[in-house]
Amino acid sequence: MARLTAGIACSHVPAIGAALDNGKAGDDYWKPLFAGFDFVKQWIAAEKPDVVFLVYNDHATAFSLDFIPTFAIGCAEEFQPADEGWGARPVPMVEGAPELASHIAQSVIEDDFDLTIVNRMEVDHGLTVPLSLMFGQPAAWPCKVIPFAVNVVQYRPPSGRRCYMLGKAIRRAIDSFPGDLNVQIWGTGGMSHQLQGPRAGLINREWDAKFLDRIVNDADSLSRTPHIEYVKQAGSEGIELVMWLIMRGAMDDEVEQVYRFYHVPASNTAVGHLVLKNKEAA
Amino acid sequence: MSEKPYGDVPGTVIFDAEQSRKGYHLNQFCMSLLKAPNRERFLADERGYLDEWKMTEEQKQAVMARDYNRMIALGGNIYFLAKIFATDGKSFQYAAALMTGMTQQDYADMMLGGGRKPESQEENSHG
Repeated sequence: MARLTAGIACSHVPAIGAALDNGKAGDDYWKPLFAGFDFVKQWIAAEKPDVVFLVYNDHATAFSLDFIPTFAIGCAEEFQPADEGWGARPVPMVEGAPELASHIAQSVIEDDFDLTIVNRMEVDHGLTVPLSLMFGQPAAWPCKVIPFAVNVVQYRPPSGRRCYMLGKAIRRAIDSFPGDLNVQIWGTGGMSHQLQGPRAGLINREWDAKFLDRIVNDADSLSRTPHIEYVKQAGSEGIELVMWLIMRGAMDDEVEQVYRFYHVPASNTAVGHLVLKNKEAA
Repeated sequence: MSEKPYGDVPGTVIFDAEQSRKGYHLNQFCMSLLKAPNRERFLADERGYLDEWKMTEEQKQAVMARDYNRMIALGGNIYFLAKIFATDGKSFQYAAALMTGMTQQDYADMMLGGGRKPESQEENSHG
């Protein structure tokens, strides 16, 4: 049976990818940020996941205003890194896991969560920056990836509660897959940041710290945080944090925090990072 | 129409269905800049390129002026508008500084200092 062995959360700021791609990771500005991911790089090399179920949002790359799926699951064999306006990132092609992805899609839809199935899609920094943070700059990514895109661009994004419950359905789907696979789920985006208007640059260190505490030990209640609180406290783009709740929902109720990191700033954004294991397995 | 619960957040436009309808052609123009040949054509003749889109004159003027706050008011969404400053070879931090009216350096310093505090904490710190 497939096993969900860990949950990871991290931000996915495009400037992080640009720093890495342009050889600036060792600069004074970026060094403390990348140092926060030294632990996970070593840890994940030992964990060797077969598949990562990667929850992220598309930033008007694969999805324009033509189609705005609330939840989209990538079932293709491969996903090319996209040109987001400055040329595609020089990172490896992303290999999919079509069999597991299709199984999850079917199972989750049977479980009353309607997904959009995507068989052709390019992936942007939302997906490739987390891969770079965990794996560095390999010639090929060391695992398969199921891209799972969440609409947080046009209001109304799904509620935190909906995301949390969806995570539980995804977990049931992974548990019921008849193949011996080591699966991780990653929730990406956030933390507090606002990229638009006169309020750009908003960071809320205190609110972020509470979010990091609660997603570990008080996730069920955290998932009921209303949309407007994210906007007011974590900035208009802080709403990306609902994607962490999909990851958290897929984990057991009781988890152990293996690692936690927080850093301000990466360009306009507060960067948060968690590594979680289920308590029984830890 | 009922009051929007997110209507009173200062300096913030929530990209909802109303904004999305207003900005449809503006945002779809931005999407076209994901292709390198379109970026070249746009930079070579901005007015000519914009005239191929069903945008309002106000939207076209805002694009040519690179007035991002105006573009947002006219229905633009920042992730779409990012294609314009990417075409200009500019970063998100460049655009963010511009929208706040700060210099690049002042904005970068503010971020290094921990960023802008939310209004709730500003009130506390003054009260």
